[in-house]
Amino acid sequence: MNKRKIPLAWKQLIRQKGRFIIAIAGISFADILILMQLGFQSALLDTNTLLPKLIEADIILTSSQAQNFGLLKEFPRRRLFQAKNLPQVESADALYVSLGNWKNPDTSTESTILVLGFNPARPAFNLPEIKQNLKLIQYPDTLLFDQNSRGEYENAIAKITTGKSVTTELQGRKIYIKGLYQVGSSFIADGSLMTSDQNFLRIFKGRTAGEVSLGLIKLKPGIDADFTVNELKSLLPSDVKVFTLKEFIASEKNYWQTSTSIGFIFSFGVVVGFLVGVIIVYQILFSDVSDHLPEYATLKAMGYSNSYLLRVVFQEAIILAICGYIPGCLISIGLYEITRSATSLPLIMPPTRIIQTLGLTIVMCVASGAIAVRKLGSADPADIF
Amino acid sequence: MINQAVIDIHNLNHYFGKGNLRKQVLFDINLTIDVGEIVIMTGPSGSGKTTLLTLIGGLRSSQSGSLQILGEELCGASEKLLLKMRRKIGYIFQSHNLLNSLTTRENVEISLEIHDFSYYQKKQKSAEIIEAVGLINHLNYYPENLSGGQKQRVAIARALVSNPKIVLADEPTAALDKKSGRDVVELMQKLAKQQGCTILLVTHDNRILDIADRIITMEDGCLLSNEQLQGNKIFA
Repeated sequence: MNKRKIPLAWKQLIRQKGRFIIAIAGISFADILILMQLGFQSALLDTNTLLPKLIEADIILTSSQAQNFGLLKEFPRRRLFQAKNLPQVESADALYVSLGNWKNPDTSTESTILVLGFNPARPAFNLPEIKQNLKLIQYPDTLLFDQNSRGEYENAIAKITTGKSVTTELQGRKIYIKGLYQVGSSFIADGSLMTSDQNFLRIFKGRTAGEVSLGLIKLKPGIDADFTVNELKSLLPSDVKVFTLKEFIASEKNYWQTSTSIGFIFSFGVVVGFLVGVIIVYQILFSDVSDHLPEYATLKAMGYSNSYLLRVVFQEAIILAICGYIPGCLISIGLYEITRSATSLPLIMPPTRIIQTLGLTIVMCVASGAIAVRKLGSADPADIF
Repeated sequence: MINQAVIDIHNLNHYFGKGNLRKQVLFDINLTIDVGEIVIMTGPSGSGKTTLLTLIGGLRSSQSGSLQILGEELCGASEKLLLKMRRKIGYIFQSHNLLNSLTTRENVEISLEIHDFSYYQKKQKSAEIIEAVGLINHLNYYPENLSGGQKQRVAIARALVSNPKIVLADEPTAALDKKSGRDVVELMQKLAKQQGCTILLVTHDNRILDIADRIITMEDGCLLSNEQLQGNKIFA
């Protein structure tokens, strides 16, 4: 038997086009707020793991004092030699990391930049441009520059692209930039430079080869990283921490999420967006229920139960959620695009976020519906005669 | 026709409010209405007509006395039973109370959806009754595009489409002009006679009293007269 029913919720919503559009706009707005906050939050976490994600190593050693990639502290190089004694270790190299003051070659203004130095025999990062230019950084005071750095570097980049070198100052020392690579800016620094360990130590006079920022350990093929991590932990003294690469990236993300107020601020933004949505949908549903109260009372008089009316209100809530979410999501994707090109922050919309925020929107609308249906109790069929 | 009471009321009292504010609005009502009767109830405003109507319709639960509708005792009945009884009764209100977001056809069909009808039965039944009230050309109109008389005719179609045994109407002509008011009650009378249903109609409108088999008058919560249109019996 065909039981098709009149879609009362849908018909009531589209009957009042103005209100329907306002409701959709309100929900879209709330969704944009939420999606932008989530976008910024994960962009923040992503930008600070761009470099760690590119590290070519199976196991990472850091000082036990290390907090994040911009605040690594140093540990003795001896730990690397100790690690290398394990039979399953293929290589153990030092990575030197420091923030430096440099002069923007285009504008001649000073700014902070992240400088990375490593053994040119083995590229520390999985970047094709680095692998091609390993020879270049062996020249004294020669560095490679991240062309995705935030700031005005158009002229310098154009010059380097044509094969010329750009001269500027880093830590008061004259340096030459002869090559480019692409990573992206982060919250630690607007950009980065890479060079050989020798050049790094020449530029940062206070640093010595014996004090390492990060240890990059590569294992022989077929060796289990987790097992070796445990072995290293028991072997090495407590002045170093041992991570698999995955764990290192996760701890970096975790730092920004929990140890700073940034994670909290963005989560707070999501909560505010959610509450704005709840209030907007509540207003709309409440006035919708109030307007239809005589009609609902009539339905009750005809023998419709309270649960039928509850269903109508919740159906309206879910229709609003979905109709409001679609434009909200599309606009957010557009805003992500704009933000990405304006700030070079890696704002992307992963499918899981699309599904999660849709779920959140439905929860938001149903929660508002639950507050609004209390009004239904006053739909007394005895009052309409 | 065997006379069988569809509405049977004995010693019904009803009160509004609680405690010190408790006020009696219906006093010792006794009323029996048989199958197929058309009864008009008149009386000044505030006399308790509408209260009695809502009690009979199961829209309020009655407190003391006996109120039997279609053989079911509604005095002290559960909300579930009241809901079940409401489905067997057609209501026509003073203001049409149509659902503004539904078309003529949907307004009639929604009254069928609480009963077990298939999609095609629904379409057929609603088309038949809309034809009977003369609005077959207005099937897909929304209430805002119908005149007052047309809206009230849709309301009649909605009340009668599921063949209820009882139709309760509260001032169905109050918002209508003389001609359309007359048309509306004659239509009610005609359709009710066809379906053999009982009508209890509350009105102030003297122009329509002649359609009734019996007129009852209420005053100050008491049933004043219970007169057969031809006879002249008065119960004080």
